[in-house]
Amino acid sequence: MAVQTQSPTGPTPTPTDAAPSFATTASGRRRKRTNTIMAVVVTVAFLIALIPLISLLVEVVVRGGKMISWDFLTTDMAGVFGDMTTGGVEHAILGTLQITALATLISAPIGLLAAIYLVEYGTGRLAKTLTFFVDVMTGIPSIVAGLFAVALFALLVGPAYRSGLMAAVALSVLMIPVVVRSCEEMLRLVPNELREAAYALGVPKWLTIIKVVLRTSLAGIVTSIVLAIARVIGETAPLLLTVGIVTTVNTNMLDGRVATLPVFAYSQYAQDSQGVGADRAWGAALVLIVMIMLLNLVARFISRRFSIAEK
Amino acid sequence: MSKRIDVSDLDIYYGDFLAVKGVNMAIEPRSVTALIGPSGCGKSTFLRTLNRMHEVIPKARVEGKAVMDGVDIYGRDVDPVEVRRQIGMVFQRPNPFPTMSIKENVLAGVKLNNKRLSRSDADALVERSLRGANLWNEVKDRLDKPGSGLSGGQQQRLCIARAIAVSPQVLLMDEPCSALDPISTLAIEDLIAELKADYTIVIVTHNMQQASRVSDRTGFFNLEATGKPGQLVEMDDTTTMFSAPSQKQTEDYISGRFG
Repeated sequence: MAVQTQSPTGPTPTPTDAAPSFATTASGRRRKRTNTIMAVVVTVAFLIALIPLISLLVEVVVRGGKMISWDFLTTDMAGVFGDMTTGGVEHAILGTLQITALATLISAPIGLLAAIYLVEYGTGRLAKTLTFFVDVMTGIPSIVAGLFAVALFALLVGPAYRSGLMAAVALSVLMIPVVVRSCEEMLRLVPNELREAAYALGVPKWLTIIKVVLRTSLAGIVTSIVLAIARVIGETAPLLLTVGIVTTVNTNMLDGRVATLPVFAYSQYAQDSQGVGADRAWGAALVLIVMIMLLNLVARFISRRFSIAEK
Repeated sequence: MSKRIDVSDLDIYYGDFLAVKGVNMAIEPRSVTALIGPSGCGKSTFLRTLNRMHEVIPKARVEGKAVMDGVDIYGRDVDPVEVRRQIGMVFQRPNPFPTMSIKENVLAGVKLNNKRLSRSDADALVERSLRGANLWNEVKDRLDKPGSGLSGGQQQRLCIARAIAVSPQVLLMDEPCSALDPISTLAIEDLIAELKADYTIVIVTHNMQQASRVSDRTGFFNLEATGKPGQLVEMDDTTTMFSAPSQKQTEDYISGRFG
């Protein structure tokens, strides 16, 4: 029996009309069946989405894991030729850390100050234009950022100039819009009531921003910056153009090529896609993934440490 | 430690929209002035012009005069930050700083302005302000706990303590009890009665019983129609306003015969 639909003209049902029945009806069975089917469909979709991720992780850990040793992490590629299986990624790890740190040093202050401008000061056309260009910049292909840095330094210093600073500038072009956007979100989350509370105490605007707005959103801002770092640390194309690859450690960020993990993996694989080169590439990939994972853990730790205690 | 404010021909605009028109009002020192009226009539807007908080909203502006202590607070060389230091404000929703402890919240007006205070002075100021807000006995054992852990009524009294810690001349309250339960409301009303010995208080309220309980003078705001500017209809001693108002509108509103 189908459940009766009530038409507005029909008799108004009263509780005494019939004994209440909670027995399963045909439409009830259909609803349950649909529910089961949908549950199966979304679960399967989720598992399918997981397959490439898990497969990738397993592959990197298995192939890269066998390369990882103290020697691999603490030697560079000086004097390694042909089929020699020695050599390691020390220079690439250091290069990646230095370039990423320099890029963060450039991007974090610029990005955060731009976000403060947009949230606290920006009104009218300039703010809208800025937001538009930041959005456009988030979509810039990384190779374009690399070409920009090469062109910029060719003008400033000379066409043959290569340095870690160049790479950091290229990465900053990619990183700044990410920092601006996410910091902007974090600053907008600070309730206006807190700003007004500070103004009403006779606190000037700049001190309100520093001591109330930034302090309240500190956890979110630090997390945003760390996640922006994680976003650019694995970039390859701009680094290939700006710093290329070398076989030894270069700590001078102002002069000379610098090895980095993504470019190291690329160049090793390009040289020898069957033997030890491929193994080194997988090893570098694993090191890079672990670094990004650590960054994410740091971000979580920081956001927990600085977040506002509830009660 | 309290001042009188004379407002004359004050027009308040949001952009081109005239929100409140032609207010003339004398706010007496050491007394409580209540502002009542229907929603949207501009009483909160007017209150916010008294310490130049109104200007925080983009494109908001004011014409006319508001003179405190012989100085027009809208004068050419008056710093709005300085005005707000002397005219404190308590908001509708309690808004303690979530990153600060109870003690730090009380000291916020001093600390946020980068002023240094010796530990003993700070402790004395915290105790004096919290006692002034009738909160000391409830929180003296947990001064280092976050202010957001208090109940709504306690948070509001913490905000009052924070406001009086900077020793203002005038205290503005924008519906300070509308988010609170009756017992917390009573606590705030008792506090207002004590505070008026030292401060000039202006309170906006939707609750007419509250206006008649706490205030010495009452101003009634109304607007002729939606879209028209609000204006001060009548202002008088609270007892007169609630027993024999001179305007028909006021009587209708107070007796509840009003839309």
